[in-house]
Amino acid sequence: MDLALAPETLARWQFGITTVYHFLFVPLTISLAALTAGLQTAWVRTGKEKYLQATKFWGKLFLINIAMGVVTGIVQEFQFGMNWSDYSRFVGDVFGAPLAFEALIAFFFESTFIGLWIFGWDRLPQKIHLACIWTVAVGTVLSSYFILAANSWMQHPVGYHLNEETGRAELNDFLAVLTQETTLVVVFHTLTAAFLAGGAFMAGISAYHLRRGKHVTAMRTSLRLGLVTLVAAGAFTAVSGDQLSKVMFEQQPMKMAAAEALWESEAPAPFSLFAYGDVEKGHNTVAVQIPRLLSVLANGDLSSEVPGINDVNAAEQEKFGPGDYRPNIPVAYWSFRWMIGFGMTSVTLGAAGLWLTRRKVWLASALRTEETEVPRLALTKHRALGPALSRWYWRLTVLTLGFPLIASSWGWIFTEMGRQPWVVYGVLRTRDAVSPGVSQAEVLISMSVFTLLYAILAVVEVRLLAKYVKAGPPEVTEADRRPPTRVGGPPGPRVGLGADPDADPNAESDDSNADSDDDADRPMAFSY
Amino acid sequence: MELHDVWFVLIAVLWTGYFFLEGFDFGVGVLTKLLARDRPERRVLINTIGPVWDGNEVWLLSAGGATFAAFPEWYATLFSGFYLPLLLVLVCLIVRGVAFEYRAKRPEERWQRNWEHAIFWCSLLPAFLWGVAFANIVRGVKIDKEMEYAGSLLDLLNPYALLGGLVMLSLFTFHGAVFTALKTVGDIRIRARRLATVLGCATALLALAFLGWTQADQGDGTSLVAVCVALLALLAAVGANLRAREGWSFALSGVTVVALTATFFLLLFPNVMPSTLDPAWSLTVTNASSTPYTLEIMTWCAGIAAPLVVLYQSWTYWVFRKRIGTQHIADAPHGAGASDAAPLVESH
Repeated sequence: MDLALAPETLARWQFGITTVYHFLFVPLTISLAALTAGLQTAWVRTGKEKYLQATKFWGKLFLINIAMGVVTGIVQEFQFGMNWSDYSRFVGDVFGAPLAFEALIAFFFESTFIGLWIFGWDRLPQKIHLACIWTVAVGTVLSSYFILAANSWMQHPVGYHLNEETGRAELNDFLAVLTQETTLVVVFHTLTAAFLAGGAFMAGISAYHLRRGKHVTAMRTSLRLGLVTLVAAGAFTAVSGDQLSKVMFEQQPMKMAAAEALWESEAPAPFSLFAYGDVEKGHNTVAVQIPRLLSVLANGDLSSEVPGINDVNAAEQEKFGPGDYRPNIPVAYWSFRWMIGFGMTSVTLGAAGLWLTRRKVWLASALRTEETEVPRLALTKHRALGPALSRWYWRLTVLTLGFPLIASSWGWIFTEMGRQPWVVYGVLRTRDAVSPGVSQAEVLISMSVFTLLYAILAVVEVRLLAKYVKAGPPEVTEADRRPPTRVGGPPGPRVGLGADPDADPNAESDDSNADSDDDADRPMAFSY
Repeated sequence: MELHDVWFVLIAVLWTGYFFLEGFDFGVGVLTKLLARDRPERRVLINTIGPVWDGNEVWLLSAGGATFAAFPEWYATLFSGFYLPLLLVLVCLIVRGVAFEYRAKRPEERWQRNWEHAIFWCSLLPAFLWGVAFANIVRGVKIDKEMEYAGSLLDLLNPYALLGGLVMLSLFTFHGAVFTALKTVGDIRIRARRLATVLGCATALLALAFLGWTQADQGDGTSLVAVCVALLALLAAVGANLRAREGWSFALSGVTVVALTATFFLLLFPNVMPSTLDPAWSLTVTNASSTPYTLEIMTWCAGIAAPLVVLYQSWTYWVFRKRIGTQHIADAPHGAGASDAAPLVESH
């Protein structure tokens, strides 16, 4: 029971809970921002109302989601100082810079332009309003880039030196931190996985409505956009995942050996499908394997050696001194598999959907459907999918809409727990990173408060999402068809230094602009 | 002036921006109970800051991130030392953000009322706690030679700091009332002005006591200038408000916030967190800072990004320069806005 009493245990639990929770909102925020922006672009360019309906519908879900992402992100910015003060002192010179960049460049972008977008429907000309959501989308990507550069430095520290005198890591090449291979590959993998999540979410919700034959025009378009995003992003997620695993086999062999429960070095190395083992004794009792596949994943050939857990542990003991350098093997092993399994399930369903709902040219005329009809799932050119299977297809697409989020959660659990016992790989141990001045009771209070609060907010958020999902896209109104032509919307009383000193409740009618224009009292297109 | 001095100034600027901007939106949050008579009026208040509160809050995240990058020791000592108060601030900021976004998304009375309570309390508490925190930082806390906070929670709740908290809360509420007068039309605008006069006078008394105490305790020539500017600007803001010069009044209450924050940072320099146990253990701009290399990169980033931020945030205020009143709030039963009212009603 030593572990339960270790000073870092509670702080780690808090970090795990708050970070996994935060990251449930991040992939959807990144992808829905861009997808909503794409739909709004289609509306502005074509003037087809289905695009506006889709923009408003997905935009609303995006806003419900980003609100949670933003507020849970605040905790992330401060908990390094609260629970990990020795970490902050040790790495601040290196790690702080990308965080500050993220705030100064990305957070300001996102938060300012999201306000403009939410309230700007009747205050901004169409194209400027559209530019706002694109700016938000760019902001989310920049934000993820900087924070992933910081995380990649923890996985594979570069561009720094250890200063003996100050006892801390000091930056000497910031460009190396921003452009090292780990950063680039992780950014690629995380962003593609984010779009995988957004695609599955969009396809799932569209399927929900199409199954019921509701809001067909907008949802048909959304289904296609969702499926294409899901499959394209899924393919790139697989490619980037392969690249990332090759980088990790080189940089953190322990993590990847743990992911495979590969106890001894093997050449060629097999890929494990199922394993049950004894961590104390360091071997598996049951193992189902595909021969040679791990050599392919690690090095791209059929025969090379992949180092095993026991050998890496011995090598690290020699390098860093006595100790156990193994992460929690079952967690690493299973989280890696859940990540791949949940992600691939979604991609497979997406690929099936893309085929089943393909374009007219590949369909016999009997199977073609109009824009206002629910697409018929077609197996071959002349044969439709049976009604029972069709029902199951729609149902599964709805049920699996959250699978990529589960996958990315497991991905983070894998990548962070697989790095243990290090917080900065090979440089700083997690147990040396906690705040020495913070008591266990304080961490316990903080962890309990966040867990409870997050649990309540999860219920609130999911129920709210469900309500707006069920409501479907809004009808297009007259106001939507008449977007403002000038910044600030129609004339009316405005803020200024020289306000009328004798203003009374009716004073605004004296405003030279107001009395001639009925629009001055028109309700805002959106209000809180 | 060395780079760590530049960064001391920049962090002061970020905090000043934060208090100036989120100051009035905390104030507006408090006014939802102090000024608004009914739900439409509460919604007018909330919507005066609707498009901007999120952008205002990022000034805090930037101050936090910049402190981490430029003064890691300061960041580590401050946030691990002021652990529970900071936890409370974080909880409030989380709930408050969600409250703004979610309050109008359901029609139920209980739902909306709960989020309105949340907006009030989660605006009031952080406003107060930032005052407590800064008063403590300026006066110094127990910091040991390992740069760790060695005091307890109760040490932070001393009379001086509590007075600092009240000043901050009262000033922000005044700042918010003046902002409301500037941003609204109709009856609420008149009442905001009336309330602002009362709040301004109360703030003047509290600020006089707090700044007098501060100046007597540890003031010097430069801090005296800042203190005088703060007090005079506050009085001028009250005066402008009495004469219904709403724009001037807001500008002057802003100057008060700036001068108060400047007082804090002028008193601190060259310390960033003075120790009351032994002056040699104080965190200073020198012993708490990052390397010149990191600071140089950060200076480039801030030098380019910060002016842009000021530009596009100013533009946001210009876009939403129209005054609003109860007539501008769509009276959809659930308040989710005119354009999305129809399908939701159908779905019930």
